[in-house]
Amino acid sequence: MRKKGRYGKYGGQYVSETLMSALIELESAYDAIKRNREFIRNLAALQQEYAGRETPLTFCPNVSQELGCRIYLKREDLVHGGSHKLNNTLGQALLAKHMGKKRLIAETGAGQHGVATAIVGAALGMPVEVYMGEVDTKRQALNVFRMELMGAKVIPVTTGTRTLKDAINEALRDWVANVRDTYYLIGSVVGPHPYPLMVRDFQSVIGKETRRQVMKKEGRLPDTIVACVGGGSNAMGIFYPFVKDDVELVGVEAGGDGIETGKHSATLCAGEAGVLHGTLSYLLQNGDGQVLPTHSISAGLDYPGVGPEHSMHKDSGRVTYTAVNDPDVLAAFRFLSEKEGIIPALESAHAVAWVMKNADRFDRDDVVIINLSGRGDKDVAEVAELQGRVA
Amino acid sequence: MRRIDAVFARHKKPAFIGFTVAGDPDKETSIRAAMALIKGGTDILELGIPFSDPVADGPTIQKADERSLASGTTVDTVFDIVREIRKRSEVPIVFLVYFNVVCHRGIDRFYREAHEAGVDGILVADMPVEEADEVYKAALRNYIDPIFLITQTTSDTRIKKIAAKSRGYLYLVAVLGVTGVRDRVSSDALDLLKRVRKFTEVPLALGFGISTPDHAKTCAAAGADGVIVGSAIVDIISRNPQNPDAMERDLEAYVSEMKKAL
Ligand SMILES: Cc1ncc(COP(=O)(O)O)c(C=O)c1O
Repeated sequence: MRKKGRYGKYGGQYVSETLMSALIELESAYDAIKRNREFIRNLAALQQEYAGRETPLTFCPNVSQELGCRIYLKREDLVHGGSHKLNNTLGQALLAKHMGKKRLIAETGAGQHGVATAIVGAALGMPVEVYMGEVDTKRQALNVFRMELMGAKVIPVTTGTRTLKDAINEALRDWVANVRDTYYLIGSVVGPHPYPLMVRDFQSVIGKETRRQVMKKEGRLPDTIVACVGGGSNAMGIFYPFVKDDVELVGVEAGGDGIETGKHSATLCAGEAGVLHGTLSYLLQNGDGQVLPTHSISAGLDYPGVGPEHSMHKDSGRVTYTAVNDPDVLAAFRFLSEKEGIIPALESAHAVAWVMKNADRFDRDDVVIINLSGRGDKDVAEVAELQGRVA
Repeated sequence: MRRIDAVFARHKKPAFIGFTVAGDPDKETSIRAAMALIKGGTDILELGIPFSDPVADGPTIQKADERSLASGTTVDTVFDIVREIRKRSEVPIVFLVYFNVVCHRGIDRFYREAHEAGVDGILVADMPVEEADEVYKAALRNYIDPIFLITQTTSDTRIKKIAAKSRGYLYLVAVLGVTGVRDRVSSDALDLLKRVRKFTEVPLALGFGISTPDHAKTCAAAGADGVIVGSAIVDIISRNPQNPDAMERDLEAYVSEMKKAL
């Protein structure tokens, strides 16, 4: 097996021939730019002046009191646009511009990556088209409007399960047809090499800041870091700078109606190795290698694949992967809102829910950091609608 | 001589390579469609194995995959279809498949079973030559011709690498984009043919977008060793859902018309 772009046995470049030249071009452009001083300076300036970094590491007195440990939130909900997604789109859009690409395309599930791509498109003067599953355009209608306000074109995807997986399929088909002038801006640590590497690098700013901040506030590393896992970019971003330390890392997947019901998106908990969207990783599939439909209350986690680096950490046991179900997520959504006045994205509420359910494991002075990957404004309408059903 | 090699050795005229999705719209009809293509004069039969996420395919073949899967097609069904065709014909059969289907069954097992059923070549749509070591070895071990794609964006260096690993024929992609019928054969496709010819003796077949006798003539005039037609055939199958007799008639007529143009 070729070593390039591998995480253990996972990763690689399983794409149709048309895209290989584009991946080779991307890889060498990224290799060159990541050490380029001007690029680093430009990105840092945009992160600070435009995106609002660094984001706070907020101590939560009320939640800590209630759950019996020291709980901090890494506030990616405060990044411009409302989630961690802008960390990645700023980096990749600068790269695309540097490569002379004329047009950005992206996929989106919850709409947060689409919004973050629309933002950089407007800011850097590049046209943006976003593929979004028709199901998601309905449950995340607010984000569709936000993207359009910022000049992006949203293309509803009506093939397959009409969610994130199918949006990626359509974006890949677009890219194949327009590969010479179009840059495909992937929103998570998924896809063929070099995307998982590049997105992890751009998201690692989360973990680097967290490390500095917790050292300052607590004088030591945390005991546990918890993040939700869809494709796995916010989790990889906060985990990566701690992988070599004695810190417990927990990735929380979408248990949906419960793993035993088959209606979930818990790829690492319930999947097997397979190839989707250009990478070898855990995958939810049937006995014939057909990809299975998924379910989650949160559009951003509703995906049958996951980043290859997570698959490696799953096999080695370095990261613990687990899942929480929709009702627990809704409870966490309300709990954090009531106790701290912070409305989490439904995706991020998975991480909160895991801490609530596992509060017994922690002692009073244990330090637990939750990556609050996004804010919940986008989800308020859907939660209001669901109140009757799940609450 | 291997079945695919024999086709190109025997022919003075370019080969007609017809594609259909195995199990579209169901197992029985799909076997009838394949036999009609062969009766019409198809020189090599390409069978697509349906996949839930066919990212290299346009809407026509996506829908065929969906129809096939909805009728319950599994990899076992596809091998059954091959065995049925083999009972009645010696035409070379080539699989077009997405890697996850192969990977999930086990690479070596998949190639062995394919060979035992009577398959001659396998093209894995999302398998670039750089990652292909395992499938290449499994193919050779199991007497299967490994077939690869070359596109307009493939560099000369990579063309050489790909050609060195190819047996049977090379599949040149005539368009930038996914499968599906197009108005005409672009000059870029013909340029690609000329460019690849410089590097290899392996027969060159042009596919993607080709549907009319005029297209076939253009490819033949430019020196293609074969033309590959997929979406146009799938269209004929989908137009006759209730009437397999009409489907057979139309497929046969279509192939003979295309053959005449070559
Ligand atoms: C707020 C938020 N968190 C998490 C995710 C999941 O993505 P990832 O696992 O790549 O962080 C999304 C995706 O849309 C999101 O919007």
